[in-house]
Amino acid sequence: MRPLIGVLALQGAFAAHETALAEVGAQTRQVRTPADLSGVQAMVLPGGESSVMSKLLESSGLFGEIQSRLADGMPAFGTCAGMILLASEVLDGRTDQRSFGAIDIAVRRNGYGRQIDSFETDLAVEGETSTFHGVFIRAPKVESVGPSVQVLATHDGVPVLARQGNVMVASFHPELTGDARLHRLFLQQHDFQHEG
Amino acid sequence: MSEQSSAPRAIGTYTVNRGLAEMLKGGVIMDVVTPEQAKIAEDAGACAVMALERVPADIRRDGGVSRMSDPSMIEGIQAAVKIPVMAKARIGHFVEAQILQALGVDYIDESEVLTPADETHHIDKFKFTVPFVCGATNLGEALRRISEGACMIRSKGEAGTGNIVEAVRHLRNILGDIRKLTQADSAELFQWAKVLQAPLPLVQEIAETGKLPVPLFCAGGIATPADAALAMQLGAEAVFVGSGIFKSDDPAPRAKAIVEATTHFEDAHILAKVSRGLGAPMTGIGMDEINQRYAERGW
Repeated sequence: MRPLIGVLALQGAFAAHETALAEVGAQTRQVRTPADLSGVQAMVLPGGESSVMSKLLESSGLFGEIQSRLADGMPAFGTCAGMILLASEVLDGRTDQRSFGAIDIAVRRNGYGRQIDSFETDLAVEGETSTFHGVFIRAPKVESVGPSVQVLATHDGVPVLARQGNVMVASFHPELTGDARLHRLFLQQHDFQHEG
Repeated sequence: MSEQSSAPRAIGTYTVNRGLAEMLKGGVIMDVVTPEQAKIAEDAGACAVMALERVPADIRRDGGVSRMSDPSMIEGIQAAVKIPVMAKARIGHFVEAQILQALGVDYIDESEVLTPADETHHIDKFKFTVPFVCGATNLGEALRRISEGACMIRSKGEAGTGNIVEAVRHLRNILGDIRKLTQADSAELFQWAKVLQAPLPLVQEIAETGKLPVPLFCAGGIATPADAALAMQLGAEAVFVGSGIFKSDDPAPRAKAIVEATTHFEDAHILAKVSRGLGAPMTGIGMDEINQRYAERGW
């Protein structure tokens, strides 16, 4: 059975994630309202503007629904703004910005600067034999990680890919490079046959 | 993890700059003229703001030459919000673009709303680190802008009118021709390139993929949540709202409603809910009442 992955589609790069997930054999569904969560076994939280998504999570009634599923162990993969949404602490965010606290990291919004500082570079990812191309766009910077967090890649000594339990986060955009290895890695961590 | 030094960074690349447009999809980019308006826009859920001196409706009313904004005004807006800040340069005015890049704006709009500085050439956008968005009324114009380095296209509509009719026309022009291209055979594509006055490789690429190589957003005339959802259902991937918010009776709730409508653009029940009680939209003007069509600027 192909797992059903919900892609948060309130704003941002959700379509590119759907393409990557389809490539590794997952079914996807765009999630905009609580009804869209029915049957969803895992979620991807895409890049975009985290403060916009935070507002729309509240107004759509999704915030509480997703938070309780994350507390029940639903796997989630957050990239860029999605990483901010999953973090336990957000620095330089808006004061009304909420996050799920699903992974024990402190993240600084736009920590790598404005668009003229946005960059791409090659990353060595734990367990992968060849490098992964990382695209960083007004990217969030990880300032600290808790003891239970496993760092899977760094750039200039700063964690850029990390995992804790069922939650994986990246500062960069694996959905923009046509290389679906990290999406596969995310799915392989979980045996969806026994869930949904 | 390995302690060896990290690989070098490449900045200003096509992937990075097209990527920011990808991040803005499904969002609303709002015109603002003061830091206070920028805060209202961010509070309402704008995914970016466009910093400019006068909204298009006022440019239209006042006449005269319209130029890049004062740098101190742009910096004030950059200091006020966390979301990306865009700013406009005149068509062909590459020095205004150089200044905007030096200010660190996140996107430059080479915009027909300002008075053109060059009536033959657009800016060579490949010379810049910062990405550019350009307007288009048809597919040929869109492809010429992309061949000059634009990382995002917005349908022009007719700015400052509060009238969606031109935006609809331009979206249908662009997307309708893309649909036709996908049906053309290889010999016909040469003719299409001539008719569109566009580079053949781009025409062939679109015939193959069925979409522009960069995101397509909608601008020019959006005044209501229903207008935003109409643009999205027609195939726009995000919307720009200019005069439509701050020329309405009550900007904050209207801005928020347009954000909700852009996300939930296919859900008529949500659209009905967010469209209620917003006060009067901007009055708007008919196309037969205006003497200057900004959409005609661009070559």
